[in-house]
Amino acid sequence: MKPFTTLTGVAAPLPKANVDTDQIIPARFLKTIARTGLGKSLFANFRYDEKGNENPDFVLNQAPYRHAEILIAFENFGCGSSREHAPWALLDFGIRCVIAPDFADIFHNNSFKNGILPVKLPREICAALMEDAKLGGNARITVDLERQVVVRPSGEEIPFEVDPFRKHLLLNGLDDIGQTMQHKPAIDDFEARQRAAQPWLYA
Amino acid sequence: MAENRPRTLFDKIWAHHVVETLPDGTALLYIDRHLVHEVTSPQAFEGLRVAGRPVRRPDATIAVVDHNIATDSSRRTGITDPESRVQVETLEKNVVEFGVPYIPLLDARQGIVHVIGPEQGLSLPGMTIVCGDSHTSTHGAMGALAFGIGTSEVEHVLATQTLLQKPAKNMRVTVDGKLPLGCTAKDIVLAIIGKIGTAGGTGHVIEFAGEAIRALDMAGRMTVCNMSIEAGARAGMVAPDQTTFDYVKGRPHAPKGEAFDRAVAWWSTLPSDPGAVFDKEVFLDAAEIAPMVSWGTSPEDVAPITATVPNPAEAPNETRRAQLERMIQYMGLTPGQKLTDLKVDVVFIGSCTNSRIEDIRVAAAIAKGRKVADGVRAMVVPGSGLIKQQAEAEGLDRILTEAGFEWREAGCSMCLGMNPDKLTPGQRCASTSNRNFEGRQGPGGRTHLLSPAMATAAALAGHLADVRDYQPQGSH
Ligand code: SF4
Repeated sequence: MKPFTTLTGVAAPLPKANVDTDQIIPARFLKTIARTGLGKSLFANFRYDEKGNENPDFVLNQAPYRHAEILIAFENFGCGSSREHAPWALLDFGIRCVIAPDFADIFHNNSFKNGILPVKLPREICAALMEDAKLGGNARITVDLERQVVVRPSGEEIPFEVDPFRKHLLLNGLDDIGQTMQHKPAIDDFEARQRAAQPWLYA
Repeated sequence: MAENRPRTLFDKIWAHHVVETLPDGTALLYIDRHLVHEVTSPQAFEGLRVAGRPVRRPDATIAVVDHNIATDSSRRTGITDPESRVQVETLEKNVVEFGVPYIPLLDARQGIVHVIGPEQGLSLPGMTIVCGDSHTSTHGAMGALAFGIGTSEVEHVLATQTLLQKPAKNMRVTVDGKLPLGCTAKDIVLAIIGKIGTAGGTGHVIEFAGEAIRALDMAGRMTVCNMSIEAGARAGMVAPDQTTFDYVKGRPHAPKGEAFDRAVAWWSTLPSDPGAVFDKEVFLDAAEIAPMVSWGTSPEDVAPITATVPNPAEAPNETRRAQLERMIQYMGLTPGQKLTDLKVDVVFIGSCTNSRIEDIRVAAAIAKGRKVADGVRAMVVPGSGLIKQQAEAEGLDRILTEAGFEWREAGCSMCLGMNPDKLTPGQRCASTSNRNFEGRQGPGGRTHLLSPAMATAAALAGHLADVRDYQPQGSH
């Protein structure tokens, strides 16, 4: 997993509450054998018409936001099914941080597991950040995980809370596997002992 | 943990594999064998690729295709269903990219993942064994700790050869006495599930013990452990003994020569110590078991073949009454109807529960000189290509095809509706597999779980039948 330290980028405003996982990635895209490549299906029902043509009104189809790395939305982001495809799709599109007043639980966990930082901020602040985001490429927003602040284009800093353990994993780019990898010396020792005692287990 | 406290088989294998215990009591558990198939592995390999991680121990890993594949000659010309084909092709690409040993579709050793593990000597006593499939419990018959895992855990094992696990509780199911005529391992396990229910083993690892379990051959023990999952358990196991060692000896991946003797010496220390305490104990008398069949849509809804369909009006409570009504309606039954009056359309002998050579021998012995009833489609699907070869060498395929059975290639086949072998809506099937959930064998299909002997009797009779009325001809 890529470490998350400080991110400065274009933020896409999505002024909606209850953005559910079916909106983030519709069920028809779940029969995949991959967890990458889902970015093109992110918000597919909004981004494309029935013929598959891009809908120019949707934010992610507009020039500066095609490269958005931050998404700003309203309450209860990521509700619905537990599909891990939702963070997979966001990540594959390039989004590493979602800012909203609150998040659905499973999506919240799945985001951290996949290297996406969910930032909870009050609705008024999300609304203000959306105004900033509307300036597009002229207004970069910074998310500094180390210092736990969002920096507005004006330079104003807005502090946010994050679970210290999750923060540690993100800063160091550790997913569950990455965490276990920290026990590598113990695993190596175990294998050395087992290989001596039961060599037939090692082909 | 006190050093001299008597320990169970599970305690010992667990303790042997703990790499580290984390502050919250979770263990980092070392995994000796990882079996991989096409359905639950694609995103795991993809995850490794994205993170740039290799497979830590390809030599401890083996991949095979089984769920998606056709079991007729069409497997030679390629898979027609596009999604199935993509899953198989993806596995084939992944095993090359990550250097994982693979048994290809057209290899004689190909078969159901839970059949080939023991057959190849890849599943050995004392091991921890995992696979992205719940019926991994089958391998517990070897005296191993074997359990199913999810796709994210598949990736975790591929990358680290470990899993984060909390210890399970110990449960022992003791089956003493001798099995009556016509009863087999399948009847034992169906009787156990009928007694303890599908939640009876929740949170536990079940050790199957007692005279009737000791008397089973390895195939029978695998049948019993296979369905531990249907009893709700995390895993099932049988302590290794001489039967186990004789089975393992000489298998391709089993230790050889002096290493084998050393291995046996260690494996012999694994059985539960006298006085070991189990969190839960259940006792059954084998002599009281009769040939069993499931009538509902949960594996606990089983009855002796001589029984009748239950009457919802006699249900102990409202919830159960509603459940019975739903099952009876789905299964197309009438309360009070004799189970032997249920006509079958399809008979399926196969799956990781019952597709080994021993199962096919039983079917052939009963089918010999008899005919499958008119209008019944009966199929025998060996669990592996090697079992198929063995059966052909013994002439069992001829006996079965002469009786009117289809003789097919190895795979999961009609155990689940994921490949071309499916029930059509409303069809009634006597099946040696392990799950009778609604639609499991195809949408609208009606499954009755039973033993290979009972399935053969049903094929010959054209309805669910008592195998005791169909003893092998010319044998006394
Ligand atoms: S035979 Fe059935 S239960 Fe066994 S692995 Fe295949 S699908 Fe699963």
